[in-house]
Amino acid sequence: MNLSLKQLQEELKYDRTASCVQCGYCLPVCPTYTAFKNEAHSPRGRINLIKMAGEGRLTDLSALEEPFDLCLGCRACETACPTGVEYGEILEAARAALGKRRTLSVPARTLKKAMLRKMFPSRRMMNIAGHSTWIYQKSGLQKAGRITRVIDKLPYHLGAFEKVLPKPVSPLERFKAPKRVKAEGKRKYKVAFFTGCVMDAMFHRVNQLSIQLLARAGCEVTVVSNQSCCGALHAHSGEQKEARRLARQNIQAFEGTEADFIVNNAGGCGAMLYEYDRLLADEEAWAERARAFSGKVKDISQVLMACGLPDMRPRKGEAVTYQPSCHMTNVQKVTKEPVELLQSIPGIEWKEMNQADMCCGSAGIYNLVHYDASMEILDHKMKEAKRTNASVIITTNPGCLLQMKLGVEKEGLASSVRVLHLVEYLAEAAEIAEPVQ
Amino acid sequence: MRALTEIHLEEVKSIVKTGRVLTKESDRFSYSFDGSFGTFLPDAVIQTKSVEELAALVRLANRELIPLYPRGQATSLSGGPLPVKGGLVLDLSVMDHVLEVHEEDLVAVVSPGVLTADIHRAAEERGLMYPPDPSSSHVSTIGGNLAENSGGPKGLKYGVTKDYVIGLEVITPEGEIIKTGGRTVKNVTGYDLTKLIVGSEGTLGIITKAVLKLIPKPKASTTMMAIFDSLADAGKAISNMLTAGILPSKMELMDQASIIAVEQFEPLGLPVDAAALILIELDGHPAALQEEADEAAALCQSVGAREVRMPKNKSEEAELWKARKLVSPAIVRIKPTKISEDATVPRSKIPDMCKRLEKIREEYGIHLVVFGHAGDGNLHPNIICDKNDTEEMKRVEQAVEEIFKAAVELGGTLSGEHGIGLMKAPFMEMELGAAGLDMMKRIKAAWDPNNIMNPGKIFPEPGQKLELS
Repeated sequence: MNLSLKQLQEELKYDRTASCVQCGYCLPVCPTYTAFKNEAHSPRGRINLIKMAGEGRLTDLSALEEPFDLCLGCRACETACPTGVEYGEILEAARAALGKRRTLSVPARTLKKAMLRKMFPSRRMMNIAGHSTWIYQKSGLQKAGRITRVIDKLPYHLGAFEKVLPKPVSPLERFKAPKRVKAEGKRKYKVAFFTGCVMDAMFHRVNQLSIQLLARAGCEVTVVSNQSCCGALHAHSGEQKEARRLARQNIQAFEGTEADFIVNNAGGCGAMLYEYDRLLADEEAWAERARAFSGKVKDISQVLMACGLPDMRPRKGEAVTYQPSCHMTNVQKVTKEPVELLQSIPGIEWKEMNQADMCCGSAGIYNLVHYDASMEILDHKMKEAKRTNASVIITTNPGCLLQMKLGVEKEGLASSVRVLHLVEYLAEAAEIAEPVQ
Repeated sequence: MRALTEIHLEEVKSIVKTGRVLTKESDRFSYSFDGSFGTFLPDAVIQTKSVEELAALVRLANRELIPLYPRGQATSLSGGPLPVKGGLVLDLSVMDHVLEVHEEDLVAVVSPGVLTADIHRAAEERGLMYPPDPSSSHVSTIGGNLAENSGGPKGLKYGVTKDYVIGLEVITPEGEIIKTGGRTVKNVTGYDLTKLIVGSEGTLGIITKAVLKLIPKPKASTTMMAIFDSLADAGKAISNMLTAGILPSKMELMDQASIIAVEQFEPLGLPVDAAALILIELDGHPAALQEEADEAAALCQSVGAREVRMPKNKSEEAELWKARKLVSPAIVRIKPTKISEDATVPRSKIPDMCKRLEKIREEYGIHLVVFGHAGDGNLHPNIICDKNDTEEMKRVEQAVEEIFKAAVELGGTLSGEHGIGLMKAPFMEMELGAAGLDMMKRIKAAWDPNNIMNPGKIFPEPGQKLELS
């Protein structure tokens, strides 16, 4: 074998493709295959493309770009795979390899890079984003936008998201957010709260409710200030270097807290934190520290289950369904807790969604950079969501939350269906928060 | 046989008005494989729900000698959909729009892209059953099942796909749309073309619609696991059960190698020192079922079963079946390449076949695992190997040939349910004899004079040998 092919094999993690026996069990769970009906957009198809490239049969790597760009990275295929193919690893390696070779600069890529490199990792930038969301909504610009439809012409379909942006908090409220909250009653656990970047900027309220709910359930909650973005969006786009840097920063930030658990409320971020040990496995100075960190990572639903929920006021026969976060299901393998929490609220009518494990099409910033593909996938999801006849759709990740809101808006259901983060709904039932309309 | 030209492609595009013609490199590579071996690039991939468009494409292909390869979701383990001579892949999985259950006639009418599991569900919703249950039924299309005449564990009691097809709509290799059979169980009008098409592996035409027979769903089922210290005792239990008048719905065997592989993969409390175990499922009326289950358990014990496990509830039952389900994933952890064979022997010859397999394992020094649908003689000897190890693959090739020989010598067949496709084509004459094979070739020539339907399959090319490396 020539040297360059060997190098390419290493770069593409070709050896990981050997365990794919092409049985096709991943096809029915893959949202892009289901929506686009093309094997090039199935996990088995993508893995085969890597095999072909690694074997030198497919020499023009640009043929791989569209299939790998349009993958949501939901990793439902890993859960369905009978032979344990590490698709996530293959996907990230492919994206890194393709990113290196791209010569064209398309607008979508520029937007993605700018967001990844500058915006998400910087607390200041994310605060500005949060603040500008606030200014935008409060200043009347939002209204003007709606009327003139200027918003709809914004690049990359950002306009579509305008209607579903959450109610912002003022800069002062954001600044006043507590750094430490004592447990109510007897302390059961000491936890450190991971705020996340998008969660903190756009869903500041959900974060604050999470902290209050944890405290009510018996946790002492610390919020360390030098934490950063989890790096998931970077890792999934092939920006491994930046992802590693962010991982190291977070590990360092949380090491001093001596917390029992590092708690987050965003399925995607949680999955990334949960895999820091894998990400840094080859860095001698960090491997052990990463293992210790990842070992403590818990989704808020796990901690609330462990503590037991505070008293809940009975709901009046509300029909509730749950749209799980893919990364919570397929990477963290947290599936039962959110459902059990919801079912323990007295008076709710539980509605299981058919194919709930199928991605909603949000997938990080996929819905911004691949808007049309994402909307096709969302249409499939909304068909099932509507069938449940639920009046409340619960999610556990900011991207899913916005996407499902967008779906409800698109279907004209905004007046009858609420889309909430699990924490918002629990806080509402525990009378920590006023109901969100 | 000709390659597709630009002019052909223009004509193809003008025919496929309601569907898609995929020609990008990534698309062509993505329809170049199935669940078996080999990569063969098609010139284009066609997706359309229109039977008329497909028939027009067939006429074009027949005129211009362009190879056609019908394909479902490519779970095939024998190379059925592989476009070995290029040409057009017809992706029939997009034809998933017809699934009607007609309760009063006890039939289902389906288009070829419908998933087998969706037919199971639709029938069960009405208290009916479509029995053929290949283990890939949640992925495989009914079109693929029909083409390959797929089986599954329930074949023992209920038979295989061909036993449930009573009518078809088929595009002939010359582009005519014909109907075979109909909606009645009894039908003796002329030759039984339905049965000829089912299992013809896409070499005689394209199935565009099927009428499937449904039966009432049994009211209850129960499972047990019998553990044996010798493979011969397990074999005796299987044949005694059937002669004692008990017909289980499933009877699945796992040998010691597969028990060990599963236990190492996920500890389920299986006895790793046992020589074999059988999983037995009985179904029927609840009043009769308990009695039959006790009888079956006693029968296993009387031929020397070390232990018979009877689950107390459905979750314990699921736990027992999990063992069987995990065999395939467990064995590929040992080495990445899995050669899954389905040589089948008469039930009474199962112990002999097991002995022959053991000998082959030793003689060629291969990692051979035996499990499968023991009740109907359809064992699945699986060879676990590494396709990058050329020396090992040579031994595997020889061992596979020996397995085929053993099956045929014992009065069995090369393939019980996976099909001949590409890999087993060189061994056809061994089972059929020269005259038998020639009769099949004549049928093929009569139906498909220009050899455009799935060329390169079933019939060996001169000098064709099994090649895995």
